[in-house]
Amino acid sequence: MDVNTEDILTQSFDVLVIGAGGAGLRAAIESRSRGLSTAVICKSLYGKAHTVMAEGGVAAALGNVYSEDNWKVHFRDTVRGGKMLNNWRMAQLHAQEAPDRVLELEAWGALFDRTDDGRILQRDFGGHRYARLAHVGDRTGLEMIRTLQNKATSVGIEVFMEHKILRILVDASGNACGALGYTRPSGQFVLFKAKAIVLATGGIGRSWKYTSNSWESTGDGHALAFSAGADMIDMECVQFHPTGMVWPLSVRGLLVTEGVRGDGGALLNSENQRFMFNYIPEMFRAETAETEEEADRWYEDHASARRTPDLLPRDEVARAINAEVKAGRGSPHGGVFLDIASRRTPEYIKRRLPSMYSQFLELAGVDITQEPMEVGPTCHYMMGGVRVDADTAATTVPGLFAAGEVAGGMHGANRLGGNSLSDLIVFGRRAGIGAADYAEGLAGTVDPEVSQATETAKEALAPFSRETGESPYRIHADLQECMQTLVGIIRTESELLQALDEISKLKERASKASVQGGREYNPAWNLATDLPSMLAVSEMVTRGALDRKESRGGHTRDDYPSPDPEFAKVNLVQRMQDGTHTVQPEPLPEMPEELKALFEDDHTGQAPKEDH
Amino acid sequence: MVSTVEDTGVKSGTAIPVEIGKPRGGPEGRRTLRQDRWWLSPAVTVTVLTSFIAYATFAAFQGRYYYVGAQQHRNLISPFYSPCIANSCQRVAGSHPLGIWASFWNFSPALLILIVPLGFRLTCYYYRKAYYRSFWQSPPACGVADGHKSYTGETRFPLILQNIHRYFLYLALLFNVVLTMDAVLAFNFPGQGIGFSVGTLVLCVNAALLWIYTVSCHACRHLCGGQLNKFSKHPIRYRFWKAITPLNARHMQLAWVSLIFVALTDLYVRLVASGIIHDYKIF
Amino acid sequence: MTEVTMSIWRGDSSGGSFFDYNLERVEGEVVLDVVHRIQATLAPDLACRWNCKAGKCGSCSAEIDGKPSLMCMTRMDTLPNDKITITPMKTFPIIRDLVTDVSFNYVMARQIPPFTPGDPEPDGTYRMQQVDIDRAQEFHKCIECFLCQDVCHVIRDHEVNKLYYAGPRFFVRLASLDMHPLDTVDRRELARQHLGLGFCNITKCCTEVCPEHIKITDNAIIPLKERVVDSSYDPIAWLGRKIRRKVKYTVDQVYALAPAQVAPTALDRLPATAIDDEGKS
Repeated sequence: MDVNTEDILTQSFDVLVIGAGGAGLRAAIESRSRGLSTAVICKSLYGKAHTVMAEGGVAAALGNVYSEDNWKVHFRDTVRGGKMLNNWRMAQLHAQEAPDRVLELEAWGALFDRTDDGRILQRDFGGHRYARLAHVGDRTGLEMIRTLQNKATSVGIEVFMEHKILRILVDASGNACGALGYTRPSGQFVLFKAKAIVLATGGIGRSWKYTSNSWESTGDGHALAFSAGADMIDMECVQFHPTGMVWPLSVRGLLVTEGVRGDGGALLNSENQRFMFNYIPEMFRAETAETEEEADRWYEDHASARRTPDLLPRDEVARAINAEVKAGRGSPHGGVFLDIASRRTPEYIKRRLPSMYSQFLELAGVDITQEPMEVGPTCHYMMGGVRVDADTAATTVPGLFAAGEVAGGMHGANRLGGNSLSDLIVFGRRAGIGAADYAEGLAGTVDPEVSQATETAKEALAPFSRETGESPYRIHADLQECMQTLVGIIRTESELLQALDEISKLKERASKASVQGGREYNPAWNLATDLPSMLAVSEMVTRGALDRKESRGGHTRDDYPSPDPEFAKVNLVQRMQDGTHTVQPEPLPEMPEELKALFEDDHTGQAPKEDH
Repeated sequence: MVSTVEDTGVKSGTAIPVEIGKPRGGPEGRRTLRQDRWWLSPAVTVTVLTSFIAYATFAAFQGRYYYVGAQQHRNLISPFYSPCIANSCQRVAGSHPLGIWASFWNFSPALLILIVPLGFRLTCYYYRKAYYRSFWQSPPACGVADGHKSYTGETRFPLILQNIHRYFLYLALLFNVVLTMDAVLAFNFPGQGIGFSVGTLVLCVNAALLWIYTVSCHACRHLCGGQLNKFSKHPIRYRFWKAITPLNARHMQLAWVSLIFVALTDLYVRLVASGIIHDYKIF
Repeated sequence: MTEVTMSIWRGDSSGGSFFDYNLERVEGEVVLDVVHRIQATLAPDLACRWNCKAGKCGSCSAEIDGKPSLMCMTRMDTLPNDKITITPMKTFPIIRDLVTDVSFNYVMARQIPPFTPGDPEPDGTYRMQQVDIDRAQEFHKCIECFLCQDVCHVIRDHEVNKLYYAGPRFFVRLASLDMHPLDTVDRRELARQHLGLGFCNITKCCTEVCPEHIKITDNAIIPLKERVVDSSYDPIAWLGRKIRRKVKYTVDQVYALAPAQVAPTALDRLPATAIDDEGKS
């Protein structure tokens, strides 16, 4: 099928934001408020982005519940949770700016749960020393996206719904200056010209079989940036959330918020033991409770008791659950039990966790106020991603910015719960500013190479012209099976090599996939155009995992079970160099001495104080 | 594909720039694809409401047997006839201390009195749902096509008058006071002192049900506290609102129970007054 | 395991019909799982909008056996028949198969003036008590599945009213703004004159279909109607305002604050009743 330039609709903006989740909307609001014409591209409908699924809360050291909390404690928690692999500057900016961003949401109409004196209430979450998560029951993400959506609507952002972007276009000197995509309802190709482009496309979970991620999380942004020549870092660091639903099969992987544990729920194995007490790592021993009594007392009193091991960072808990199931102490459907029914009153559970209550009741027929839940790890979050400059969110491709899950570095090797929502608004805003500054600095109009657009459109239409070929659904299912079994929580060299082999075979199969029907809202075709992103991301994850010969955070190698201090000093950078995909270690940015000092009193279990 | 849209003449405000007339999905000309017994609920509503109206009309026009007086050592008045404001009340209910004798009204007092409860229930947010669905078929049930070609809702006369519901609420509250006094007076057994009979019980329950139904009304909930934006600044009104809210959630059930019971109360008084049954004295 | 027949309406703006698909029943499945199995095996191009598959995003709205529902939250074992019909939402224009064009709702969202808070406390932040936000928090649970808009007979059966009627979803939004303890704009006249609150005859279908179980009618629409009575139909309240010299916002004053007026986008430039031949906007 041939595509002419006349077949492509053209739109021009100063700033183009790809992705309409928290980061994308926050970036768009910032750039539009500067008076720049701004467009947001949603892969689905406006306000449905994966941010709505975030449950527990947004981490910000407001100090409303524990006045001892401050950005330094938050910074330290974040970097320790990330196993020291974080970009220190991102973690610092994040901890410093999150409170202002949360208060800003409130000024835009968000209604967080309140303390008795009318401030924002904060809840406990894994890896956070103090109760720090501003929340709205267990639907914080919905509150955030609706608030940002209403704000974006009120400042006049052009929204392109149900558009899929296939390629970032660059001009002759390598600057990003446009994007080619198509609109799902009609299949019409659209060329967006823009002076600056912000990637805010979210995660990659759809390449795994059991994931908490929605349909959209196919890693488009990672693949777009990579093919536009951007550096990618730490792609092996994929977070498996410890608590996803395991039964019934049709909802396997669906998220069970960490808020269940934050509000008093405990993990039990089939022998009714709180097994997390057996899995406390050295790094967290000083501040973790030793007895069940102490752990239970901590919920009421953080001063005299230490935190429950049920709220260790997610990587630790996910590995522990995995180990319990392997040892034969799992629940009937291959998970463990999460019990809040015997520990809190039904009224409390329904008030604090309303959507968990209805999710289990409606989908699994389980009343969580009466019985324990069955939970197991589920693919949840991509810590790695596009390498960005911390202050401006600029990628290594001029004109291209990235924020949110698609950007790497902020969370190191493991993300703490609640840090993703704050990441979105802190770096969403910074990307908006960065893109606006860049766009304002450009004179004249941008000029993407149209041949790139027509070539990409032609490639996208190719599956229609193949009469006999595989269904994209098959290929997708096989990819999910491959990633789930070979590149899961626990990895090993032989399996990773096997995965690489399978991925290249899948790539071959995808290039021969065939699709019937027309272009108008054809899900088979839409999936066929998503496959290249998923395959590219899967390959990056696998290659990164092969090269990081240690276990750190979300990346666990069976053949290298402990962390290696040498690997703590480097990011694994993947890029396209002269047509070859390279993976190489590059040193992490050096953390300044005054921040390093924050980690020196680790063994005492004391929290850093803020100096004014 | 251009489909024409009938002009209903609605011009309230400026039109919003949305596109209409584009083809819609699903089978054409369907009334509904529901396979459950969606028609049951409106059918029950029609049956019960029609029966009530038929009975109330009969009771209102009968003009007698609404008071059980001193001859039977009782003091029971039908709620349809209280407060008794008509020429005829002197003769029938002369011994009831609450009679207001209006000499200008020569018809049954019920025809005057029933305006208030009728108006209250007619404009009640629950009954509106019930009769719009069942009698007016607009819509008969969710996902079942409206029985009418055009629709303007409550934007024009006469249905715009539904907005005066709160004034019927004020009147209904006054009537509840009268019915409460009737219930208190029913403890008085002329010639026998204070006592308690089935009739007393019936009048008490009737008054109580009418109070709960009236107080649970949406307008009442609004006026007590719902109109406030900051509850924390008005703790007493917040308490009222908070007390009414669970009752309001049961407004439908209360509407039906109180409706049926008020008819039963009238029936009981009527049967005793006409001598068909005897009002059993409990103590 | 028994078989089930899924009778799915397929077509586009030029018309369509029902197609039957026979499948095995699988324990614990929801309707969306079955639709996915049909896509993967029998009809790869069956169009269906979905996203989170957890009842949190509100994308997979359709009509199952004639009842507006989320496909991801309707368990197969709750449906009594062995033949199940699925049709697209009736109120919105068809795109293809089960996918409809819901842009009506995004236009409506632009007619409502945004949240406008008063002055913050001296420290620059706001204080709110939990009791003051409980009501609005219920409304913020809305996932914008638009099932309430779909089931509402005011626009479902009388399309011309779309020009004058915002629908239950936006009454919920108006109520959440009106009851927000910090908001300062009075949107009641807008609700009455421009957004068609009076069209609602409180027949409660919106509440019946709401997957988030928001008591749309009792807690949002009726309180809003009563607030409009305060501002427009109650003579005593009117007298009170005259005496206390309280100014009432006119509809024009409020509408001037709406995004459609302040920050117009392509959505606001749609001609009022434009109908084109290809059904494209």
